[in-house]
Amino acid sequence: MLEIRNLRVTVDGKPILKGIDLDINAGELHAIMGPNGSGKSTLAYVLAGREGYEVTEGTVRYKGRDLLAMSTEERAGEGLFLAFQYPVEIPGVSSTNFLKTALNAVRKYRGESELDAMQFLKLVRQKTKALGITDEMLKRAVNVGFSGGEKKRNEVLQMAVLEPTLAVLDETDSGLDIDALRIVADGVNALRSPARAMLVITHYQRLLSHIVPDRVHVLAHGRIARSGGKELALELEAKGYAEFVEAA
Amino acid sequence: MAGAANTVEQLRSVTEGKYKYGFVTEIEEERAPKGLSEDTVRFIAAKKSEPEWLVAWRLKAFRHWLTMEEPSWALVHYPPIDYQEHYYYSAPKAKEGPKSLGEVDPELLKTYEKLGIPLREQEMLAGVAVDAVFDSVSVATTFKGKLEEVGIIFCSISEAVQKHPDLVRTYLGSVVPYSDNFFATLNSAVFTDGSFVYVPKGLRCPMELSTYFRINAAKTGQFERTLIIADKGSYVSYLEGCTAPMRDENQLHAAVVELVALDDAEIKYSTVQNWYPGDAEGKGGIYNFVTKRGACRGRNAKISWTQVETGSAITWKYPSCILEGDNSAGAFYSIAVTNNYQQADTGTKMIHLGRNTRSRIISKGISCGHGQNTYRGLVRMGHGAAGARNYSQCDSLLIGDKCGAHTVPYIESRNRTAKVEHEATTSKISEDQLFYCRQRGIPEEDAVALIVNGFCREVLQELPMEFAVEAQKLVGISLEGSVG
Repeated sequence: MLEIRNLRVTVDGKPILKGIDLDINAGELHAIMGPNGSGKSTLAYVLAGREGYEVTEGTVRYKGRDLLAMSTEERAGEGLFLAFQYPVEIPGVSSTNFLKTALNAVRKYRGESELDAMQFLKLVRQKTKALGITDEMLKRAVNVGFSGGEKKRNEVLQMAVLEPTLAVLDETDSGLDIDALRIVADGVNALRSPARAMLVITHYQRLLSHIVPDRVHVLAHGRIARSGGKELALELEAKGYAEFVEAA
Repeated sequence: MAGAANTVEQLRSVTEGKYKYGFVTEIEEERAPKGLSEDTVRFIAAKKSEPEWLVAWRLKAFRHWLTMEEPSWALVHYPPIDYQEHYYYSAPKAKEGPKSLGEVDPELLKTYEKLGIPLREQEMLAGVAVDAVFDSVSVATTFKGKLEEVGIIFCSISEAVQKHPDLVRTYLGSVVPYSDNFFATLNSAVFTDGSFVYVPKGLRCPMELSTYFRINAAKTGQFERTLIIADKGSYVSYLEGCTAPMRDENQLHAAVVELVALDDAEIKYSTVQNWYPGDAEGKGGIYNFVTKRGACRGRNAKISWTQVETGSAITWKYPSCILEGDNSAGAFYSIAVTNNYQQADTGTKMIHLGRNTRSRIISKGISCGHGQNTYRGLVRMGHGAAGARNYSQCDSLLIGDKCGAHTVPYIESRNRTAKVEHEATTSKISEDQLFYCRQRGIPEEDAVALIVNGFCREVLQELPMEFAVEAQKLVGISLEGSVG
């Protein structure tokens, strides 16, 4: 599904990613852990196609195609979804309207018919229940005045509605209390399927006891310093990142 | 609602091009000789077989106009206008005025159909009556008969002068006097047509009333005059729309709108202004110098102005409310978009005279390209305005780095118990917002339109339902080419 080869990225001329290799197959969930400033969010943004990140070397293939040649919205149309660490506020635009616009844009890209208001509402109602999202929250402007937990639940709702094939979750656990964390984790787990790959970026192990990964990678100084199974996360929790920080 | 679907379809076709209303109708027109003189004024009056009092009023205005100077305080720049180079009257040639829609020149019907304004009643938007003004004259008014049955007068102002002279004589110039300002005075001298509405006591007008203005002829100014009177306890919602062909030279539009609301009456006046804005280099476009004012004469009267201004090369317009009656209320909701080289200097005046009068101003200015957008507004609390309140909110949104936004609020208070609040913000569409939308699959131009429509939401929701959707799309269209 996703093949990253020797990916090197600079921001304002400063190297951030220094040769990443990573393969994720359909049905797998990988976790990327690492200290602050190791390049975790940069990797997420580069995959999603944010401007300001210069790829100086390497390739990224997604579903066999050159991901880096696609525009941001094309990637979304092809099923790549990024759950933001800091979801963005859009005043005056209701969450419902935003979600409907996004869903219909993606459906249009895929050559599917657009949903009308009734069809859309029916779909959303199915998805909101499990996430504890109320109709009232859907009427409010996108992320405006949302608590940290509401913002993250809203990201998971968007993911559930857009049904991506590759979901990248950037520190979805940051700023969540334990109840909110469980709701978000349940939402993510419900979306795990043999056809879908996920990349979960996190600083802490605690998320990974709710969302159990197939593989764990440690990112430090722009490189994958170590990879392992789910037990690697527990080891990191016990020892911290000191070993990787000092290694450089 | 087949009509509504039709309109939406029309708009869809519009979104695919730039300014789709830019066509010219080939129709034989009758014009006044070029230029402006007492003879021009008399020519227009004679064309309309006007009574002596009106001719005298026009001439008084014209003589006064000769002593006036064009105002220069607005933040708009344009080459001097040669008023002798314009035509002041142009009308589609017809043997006699059409007596029914069936007699209207098919070319004209076709024109309005192309604009998405079908004039055949069976094809109309449900619940909307339309007066269509083509250059200097009203060519058709729909649902007139149906409205007459309940006692509502909705016709062209020329017809009102003939059929309801007392009403016209009582109210014409009573809100905007002939000597008011340079452009209003010019209008008083040479106004040609426009709409007239009278809603009798205690009646709620059962449908939206609407006037559709079209400038077709070259080098012709349009000087329409609209007068709306809501008698005690009545209600009316009125909407105007405007378009013009694409022409390289600038065309002049100087309208006057007067509203009068008596005790407990309410007038809701909405404008979707989409005059030709000029091309991407700033060539051509309409000069829109408009005076709109409403008087809340009676207790508890209400007047609200809602405007979506996306067209015109220059917009100079300050729809205002004079709150005379105690407890009367005025509102101004505005969206002004300037793209390419458009300039807008627009806002409102809220003149509080009565006790406990209230006003609310919500202004949303959007500038992109080289557009310049100014909010200019006055809130005046008179001596007698005890307990009066005003709330103003002026928000500006900038897209790109070559445009400008300016806010010029004037506040005068002569009463210590009056309260005035003013808030203003200036913001840009952030990279974060655009990236967020695009990551969700929304293409960049759609994302900009979505964000801008969100920015304008408080104003859009004031529009009658049928038009809110159109206005939203229009805002999207006028932003075309503003990104990337």
